[in-house]
Amino acid sequence: MYDFNYHRPTSLDQAFEIFSNSEDASYLAGGHTLLPSMKQRLAAPTDIIDLGGISSLEGIKSESDELVIGALTNHDEVATSALVSSEIPSIAKLASNIGDAQVRNRGTIGGSIANSDPAADYPAAVLGLGARLVTNKRVIKADDFFVDMFETALEEGEILQEIKFPKPDKSAYQKLPNPASRYAVVGVFIASRNGSVRVAITGAAPSVFRAPELESRLSESFSVEAIENVTLESELMNDDMHASAAYRASLCVVMAKRAVADMLKIS
Amino acid sequence: MAREVNLKVNGEDVSEQLQENTLLVDLLRETLRLTGTHVGCDTSQCGACTVHLNGRAVKSCTVLAVQCEGSEVTTVEGIGSPEKLHPMQEAFSECHGLQCGFCTPGMIMSAIDLVHREESLDENSIREGLEGNICRCTGYHNIVRSVELAATKMRN
Repeated sequence: MYDFNYHRPTSLDQAFEIFSNSEDASYLAGGHTLLPSMKQRLAAPTDIIDLGGISSLEGIKSESDELVIGALTNHDEVATSALVSSEIPSIAKLASNIGDAQVRNRGTIGGSIANSDPAADYPAAVLGLGARLVTNKRVIKADDFFVDMFETALEEGEILQEIKFPKPDKSAYQKLPNPASRYAVVGVFIASRNGSVRVAITGAAPSVFRAPELESRLSESFSVEAIENVTLESELMNDDMHASAAYRASLCVVMAKRAVADMLKIS
Repeated sequence: MAREVNLKVNGEDVSEQLQENTLLVDLLRETLRLTGTHVGCDTSQCGACTVHLNGRAVKSCTVLAVQCEGSEVTTVEGIGSPEKLHPMQEAFSECHGLQCGFCTPGMIMSAIDLVHREESLDENSIREGLEGNICRCTGYHNIVRSVELAATKMRN
């Protein structure tokens, strides 16, 4: 990889200031997307701002009806957290199936969400649960956050600080993992709260999206049968070496049915 | 740019002037000549470069050396000695858990972390736990047997 200037700030203000004064800076969290991209010369930032020295970005806590996870918390910490497992177990399960053990020891929830990879798992949980994303400047609603492939509502230099997940009555995540990378070919996150149902799908399209037809049918009758005959438009789905657009459209419903079945098992 | 990096490697203090884009695996192999840690794919997939960073298995090809300031790193050289092997090394030897040996250091470092973090292990959980390590010889059967035996040894 090309050379760069390395910075290790100890506060968000300091990090933002360094970003503002740099030519083309990148924040570094777990580094499991950025560093491989830099090796391949897909990214060549002049300045790397390592967020690892900002301890306020780490940690998991429960605040009344929300589970709050610091952006720098790694996947393994989320997967093995007793608090996550008791408050929103679907998030712990989702985290435990990201990549492999070594990746989970480094990759972070904030990095995954801010990167908005079309096949990442966390965006499905953020959108499915209708989380709130707290940055150093403002609070962004999940519905406004994911814009397109690798594109979010975060502005230049804005830092994702923590994610506030509203606690659902029930939720589940089901994905078909790519057998080599464990990225989601299609992943479906479903959450129900006070009778209303949200369905978010990752892996299928350039960015995570909600599926209104699945949501309305499940809000009417929460059962596998209710979505049995739903067909999703394959026109906007990704079509690549891993799966055709038609296959992905079909997988969306299959994974949704599995997630519903999981939720019905939870008493 | 060069920068001073201070960390502990296998229990010893290390202080080196390094280019900021130096990977942890290059500090270990090129600067410290600890060549037990291998580079297989250099794309964070194969796990041959696995070391422990503050006690947890990580792929050292995907960590900058400067990120390890103040950290403790353990490589395969640091877990035992030829006279007194680590139980995981003993088990790999007893069960013939290797063929060409290239993936072995990474397998051993991942497997030690796996035994430390899981209360109980069976064949399936060992196979899942070692997903981040690839053996191109496909010698997985004996690797799994080795980890099963080592888990028993390490818990006794």
